[in-house]
Amino acid sequence: MLKLELQHQQGAFSLDAKLVMPNQGITAIFGRSGAGKTTLINLISGLETPQSGLIELNGKPLLDTANKLCLPPEKRRIGYVFQDARLFPHYSVRGNLNYGRKDRSDAVLFETITQLLGIETLLERYPARLSGGEKQRVAIGRALLSEPELLLLDEPLASLDLPRKRELLPYLEKLAQEVRIPILYVSHSLDEILHLADNMVLMDKGEVVLNGPVERLWGSAALQPWFGPDVQSSLLPTQLSHHHADYPMSCLQLGSGEQLWVPKIDAQPGAAVRVRIYAREVSLARSRPEDSSIRNILPAKIRLMQREASRIQVLLTLGEAELWAYVSEWAAADLQLKPGEEIFAQIKSVSVTRNDWASL
Amino acid sequence: MLTPFEWQALLLSLKVSGVAVLASLPVGIFTAWILARYQFAGRALLDGIIHLPLVLPPVVIGYLLLIAMGKQGLIGSFLYDHFGISFSFNWLGASLAAAVVSFPLMVRAIRLAFEAIDSKLEAAARTLGASALRVFFTITLPLALPGIFTGILLAFARSLGEFGATITFVSNIPGETRTIPLAMYSFIETPGAEASAARLCVISIIIALLSLLVSEWLSRRARRTLEG
Repeated sequence: MLKLELQHQQGAFSLDAKLVMPNQGITAIFGRSGAGKTTLINLISGLETPQSGLIELNGKPLLDTANKLCLPPEKRRIGYVFQDARLFPHYSVRGNLNYGRKDRSDAVLFETITQLLGIETLLERYPARLSGGEKQRVAIGRALLSEPELLLLDEPLASLDLPRKRELLPYLEKLAQEVRIPILYVSHSLDEILHLADNMVLMDKGEVVLNGPVERLWGSAALQPWFGPDVQSSLLPTQLSHHHADYPMSCLQLGSGEQLWVPKIDAQPGAAVRVRIYAREVSLARSRPEDSSIRNILPAKIRLMQREASRIQVLLTLGEAELWAYVSEWAAADLQLKPGEEIFAQIKSVSVTRNDWASL
Repeated sequence: MLTPFEWQALLLSLKVSGVAVLASLPVGIFTAWILARYQFAGRALLDGIIHLPLVLPPVVIGYLLLIAMGKQGLIGSFLYDHFGISFSFNWLGASLAAAVVSFPLMVRAIRLAFEAIDSKLEAAARTLGASALRVFFTITLPLALPGIFTGILLAFARSLGEFGATITFVSNIPGETRTIPLAMYSFIETPGAEASAARLCVISIIIALLSLLVSEWLSRRARRTLEG
């Protein structure tokens, strides 16, 4: 568990953050540039020192200005992957990977990590001869091999072009699933967060505005300015139940027990799958349509309705999960929709966000 | 090819310059690093004092060395009484004079190299668990190597050419302090020795060129490793 309370002033910029982060999974730190994302992780890593504050990692204090404690970066056991990789140019890839290793005899860890990142064939090369994506993978491997208790990633994709991004993302996703340490991932791209993060922290002007699971924050009002006018969407956590026997379709199970059919996913039953449903793809019906081509028709409850321009945004609940839908004013009046009522949501299309790199 | 006298002057020159450079290198690296990385009270003063030999007449340096480091000098008498080390009128004194006048050139080159290093790499090394000392020896110093080689060359070349401070401080003693420039001076002073002076001049040019080539080769090698 990472606990922090930081006050930091730097010229006109001030940061005031108070956070508790879970012990596993990826937590994305999100916000516009200048919101203090990188400053926050620099403070956590020890590369910058705040005026006052407290940082505790797994019960161990790293910084406690009240008690004049401030561990230097090398004593914090926090791995840091920088935006610009920062490989040491005079060391080979192997030398870079070995730089932070405490126990160089642990060949198993070395092999596991180089294979996970697909860099086992690059070991004898020098950084000048690596592509941007390869550099980032080596930088991630180097940080992991120092066996940190927390890994910080500062926009590792930002300096890469689109093909390189697509190349690196699957490795990051594997990382998210296989590495047991908590990861803080700074990003200003919602797409990346959608694909990688379990939790997110929204920062603005040096303050933490929101903090929680990505699915819950996705629909929140504070995030809406980040979406275009027509791309409001909901995220639903699901679990792959089974594949269709005859058609290339997969069945996902929602927390409420309802099922969603999506084009076939290349994964084993039991895998966690996050799906994104755009509000414009959801329509509402009073009764369950029996002869519709739409496969996904789920019972839902109207939680709230709000007017936006000429249409009405309807927030539905499906068990624990939330789902946004758009209806026209006319349709809302015709169907006499009111909060609290039971209704059927017809979902025209569902996009699977994990495993779906092409959508970036 | 060379006369015994020329050999003597050449070997003495190499010894005096080599010792001057090697002895001042650690101090030069340390000073350059402090000036490149730290802001402190008196930094400008330190910088100024280090650069003094570059702007002062060499004879002034020699005179100051005589006062400070001679057997009766403030520091010199202490060193002689307690450690038996003497800089008066011997080759060690010539080395000291060479080290003092070449020091600013060495520090300048190395300092520029330190300043050019991306300190972000050092920060990255710290996050990988390396202490400040380890970072210095594994990241900072290797990355500064091309600049350090340049600094060594400049200091070595300046030492080889040192004349004014040397003759003032340790005089012109054959076999002890008569390096190539001093030997040339003696020949020029002697009627009819113009040819001998010319030979020494050629020797000077050859060592200067050779040291330039070696340093260039070392710098290029170091740089090639950095650039892959």
